[in-house]
Amino acid sequence: MLKGHFPLWEVFVRGRRGLDHKHIGSLHASDAGQAMKSARDTYTRRQEGVSIWVVRAEDIHASQFENDASFFDPAEDKVYRHPTFYEVPEELKL
Amino acid sequence: MSKNHYRYVLRLGDNALILGQRMTEWCGHSPLLEEDIAMANCALDHVGRARLLLSYAAELEGEGRSEDDLAFVRSDREFENFLLCELPIGDYAFTMARQYLLDTYHYHLFTELVSSSDETLSAIAQKAIKEATYHMDRSRDWVLRLGDGTEESHERMQVALEGMWNYTEELFERDPVDVQMIAEAIGPDPEWLHSKWQADINATIKKATLSVPEKKWSLSGGRNGIHTEAMGHLLSEMQHLQRTYPGLNW
Repeated sequence: MLKGHFPLWEVFVRGRRGLDHKHIGSLHASDAGQAMKSARDTYTRRQEGVSIWVVRAEDIHASQFENDASFFDPAEDKVYRHPTFYEVPEELKL
Repeated sequence: MSKNHYRYVLRLGDNALILGQRMTEWCGHSPLLEEDIAMANCALDHVGRARLLLSYAAELEGEGRSEDDLAFVRSDREFENFLLCELPIGDYAFTMARQYLLDTYHYHLFTELVSSSDETLSAIAQKAIKEATYHMDRSRDWVLRLGDGTEESHERMQVALEGMWNYTEELFERDPVDVQMIAEAIGPDPEWLHSKWQADINATIKKATLSVPEKKWSLSGGRNGIHTEAMGHLLSEMQHLQRTYPGLNW
């Protein structure tokens, strides 16, 4: 199999105009052009999208699971960061 | 409707069907998972195109036959596709080289058929041209990748081109069917298609660091029902269900 030689790409597809691109899957390809064609054939053959992004998986920097506690837990008790404590003036309400 | 008109549309349908059938042989056997899906997608585009064309051919014939009758219960002598479509799939270089030669042919053909005086054919061409444009883009990519790739891939792509080159002249033959279609502004002049096709193919072959094969001899006959040995085997696989259980539906 050639697969071992081809880098991994992550595929993002925009479902409809006006929506944002969503991660839909990944594939192996030797370069961006091939990744784009493969993404077209693998992920949009049932009309799933109107636009495709492909990104080399190694170019994505992900937060690490072992950092979860320090990254995300501190936000748990910061309710004041939600904009729910502001009174919205009557004139601004729709 | 004339017999020639029927045969013209039938030939287009047969090319799509037989090439599509060949492409499906890669399903589950492609060198890459992504290619497996892509090849099956493109194969289905061809089968879909065949359905439109054979339905229309059956209508032109006016003998009460359906697209399925034309696809599944004709014998090899009654098929009028190019020999190039029926050749066994070979390796991936052979497959993609053939796709490229035929995708480019179809791209120019359907571009012309969009303005056919036959409105049905024009409508089919308008749908097919979008698919053909993508197919050509994809197969050209592989000719370039393999031709300008490793020593082995280059060699295989060159061997593939040499192996099919003598079947390419048939694409541009002109018989009474074509002459009548040109006269009625239904189809383009094959000679004109040939010049467009040749220019594209030569440019790609050069870019792929390959060389244009020398034409030593030419084989044809497919358009008159004279096929290669491979055709009967292809049909026996494609048709066996309808031959064994006539009229079977699912």
